[in-house]
Amino acid sequence: MSLRIVVTVKYVPDATGDRHFAEDLTVDRDDVDGLLSELDEYAVEQALQIADEADDAEITVLTVGPEDAKDALRKALSMGADKAIHVEDDDLHGTDAIGTSLVLAKAIEKAGYDLVVSGMASTDGTMGIVPALLAERLGVPQVTLLSEVSVEDGVVKGRRDGDSASEQLEASLPAVVSVTDQSGEARYPSFKGIMAAKKKPVESWDLSDLGLEADEVGLEGSWTKVDSATERPARTAGTIVKDEGEGGKQLAAFLAERKFV
Amino acid sequence: MAEVLVYVDHVDGAVRKPTLELLTLARRIGDPVAVALGNGAADTAAALAEHGAVKVLTDDAAEYADYLVVPKVDALQAAVEAVSPAAVLVPSSAEAKEIAARLALRIGSGIITDAVDLEAGDEGPVATQSVFAASYTTRTRVSKGTPVITVKPNSAAVEAAPAAGSVEALSVTFSDKATGTKVTGRTERESTGRPELTEAAIVVSGGRGVNGAENFGLIEALADSLGAAVGASRAAVDAGWYPHTSQVGQTGKSVSPQLYIASGISGAIQHRAGMQTSKTIVAVNKDAEAPIFDLVDYGVVGDLFEVVPQLTEEIRTRKG
Repeated sequence: MSLRIVVTVKYVPDATGDRHFAEDLTVDRDDVDGLLSELDEYAVEQALQIADEADDAEITVLTVGPEDAKDALRKALSMGADKAIHVEDDDLHGTDAIGTSLVLAKAIEKAGYDLVVSGMASTDGTMGIVPALLAERLGVPQVTLLSEVSVEDGVVKGRRDGDSASEQLEASLPAVVSVTDQSGEARYPSFKGIMAAKKKPVESWDLSDLGLEADEVGLEGSWTKVDSATERPARTAGTIVKDEGEGGKQLAAFLAERKFV
Repeated sequence: MAEVLVYVDHVDGAVRKPTLELLTLARRIGDPVAVALGNGAADTAAALAEHGAVKVLTDDAAEYADYLVVPKVDALQAAVEAVSPAAVLVPSSAEAKEIAARLALRIGSGIITDAVDLEAGDEGPVATQSVFAASYTTRTRVSKGTPVITVKPNSAAVEAAPAAGSVEALSVTFSDKATGTKVTGRTERESTGRPELTEAAIVVSGGRGVNGAENFGLIEALADSLGAAVGASRAAVDAGWYPHTSQVGQTGKSVSPQLYIASGISGAIQHRAGMQTSKTIVAVNKDAEAPIFDLVDYGVVGDLFEVVPQLTEEIRTRKG
C-alpha cells in the first residue's frame, strides 16, 4: 500500500519586498514578487524524508492561489515531490483562513491521503492555524508544530517544543502534521530535479471540481472583515552616537532618562 | 452586561501574565468569565478574581494533559454553549491559537489572531493587528458568529479590578476525536530564572556580532542587570549559540516589550518582524550602516565587547 502524502504549500509575497495592501484591503499579490513560503519548504523536506523511509510513497503538493502560485508548486516538484494540484478560481480572491481550510480540505479529500504535511505558518498571514483547521475539518488527529517527525507502521510520532515543555506525540494515520523550521534544513533543488519537475503533472481544479459555491469562499464568504489598513508611520529618527570609549555609559544615561534604570 | 469568555493560560494553577492582560481587554467588552482547564484549574481563581473575572469555570480532567489540543476545544465549546458570550478571548500562544481556530470553526465563527489591541464597536469588538513585519496596522472585526480573538502578550496593562470570581465546575463531554493525538512524554523546560521572552518588559538580544555561544554571557549579564529576558537573532540560533526557544523574528517569537536592546544584530526583515512594535528600541552595532539603526531611539556605533560590559557595569552602579 502506497503512503499517500499531501503537502500543502502557499505562494506568498517576498518578505524582503515592499509588501502592501490592495484597494479592497486584501494582500496585494500583483506588485511584489512571490515565492514558495519559506516555512513550507520544511514541510516538503519532511515529506520527502518520510517518503524515503516508506516502502512506497507518493507526494502530492497542493496549493490554493492565483496563476503565479504555480511557481510554488514547481519549486516543490523540483525538490522531489511527485505531482501537484493547483486550486485556482477567480472567486477565491480574498478568502480568509477558515475559507482556505475549507478549500484545502475538499481538495485533500478528493486527492486521497494518509498524511497531510504543512508548514508551521505562512510568512505573510503568519496565523499558524490552517493545520489545526484542516484536522478539524478532516476529522483526523492533529500532530502539529513538530521539530522531529517520523512515520512507521501507520503511526506518526513527533516532538513538539512548546513554551513550557517539550512533548512527545503519537497518532494513527490518517493525520495532519505541521513542522517547524527546526525540523531540518530544506534541500536545494538539483539541476536534475529542476529538469524533472518540468515533466511532472500539475492538475488544475476550480471550485466546481470541489463541489464548492462561490459564496462559501472569497471576500464574500469571509467570516472576518478588515475595516482599515494603515501604513505604520516610520519611527522618528533616534540619536546615534559613535563609541569613543564612553558609549556604554552614554547608553546607560539614555536608559536612565527613559526610567529603565 | 454581556459576558466575555477568557481562556486561561496557566501552569499548575499559576496564571501567566498574558491572561491577566486579556482580562483588562475583556472588561472593555463585557463581564469576563474565565475558563481554566487541567491540573490546578481551581487554583487560578484568586488571581483571576483579583483582575476582574466574575466567574471562573474549571475542569481538571486528565485528558487535557494526556491528549493534544482537542479536549480543550471540547471544553471551550461547552463553555460557549453554557455562557453564550459576546466574544471569546484567547492568549496568542502557539497552542491556544490552535484551540481558538478549531473552536471558531466548530461554532461557525470568524477568528482574528494576534491582536495587539481591542475595543468595543457598534458591530462587535474591533481588533488592531500589526502585519507585514509591523509595517502596517489593520483594524479587523469578526463578521460571522461569536468573535474568537487571540491577543498577543504585552497588548494591555495588567489592572487590578476585584470581582467575584466564583468557581463553577464546567461540565465537559469529550468528543470521540479528543483522544486522537496522545502525549506520550513531556519534558518540562528548565527555568532560566529570567522572565518569559514574550511577556518580558525588557528584552536584550544578541546576534551574529556576539560571535560565539561563550560570548552570550555578556548578553545575559546585561539582561540580568535589567531584570530582562534574553533573545537571539536567527543567525545566532542557526549558529547554535543560543536555543531556538529564544529566537526573535519571523520564524521565532514576536515580542513587544517596553524596551528592546539589540546587540550585534543587523536588523534584517526576518528579525524586525519580531520586534518592531517594541516601545523603545536601542542598538549596539559596529556597522553604522546596519538597518537596525533605522529603528532605534538610541544607537551606539561601536564594538559590543566594549560597549555592552560598560553598559552593564554602569547600570549596576546606577542601581547601587
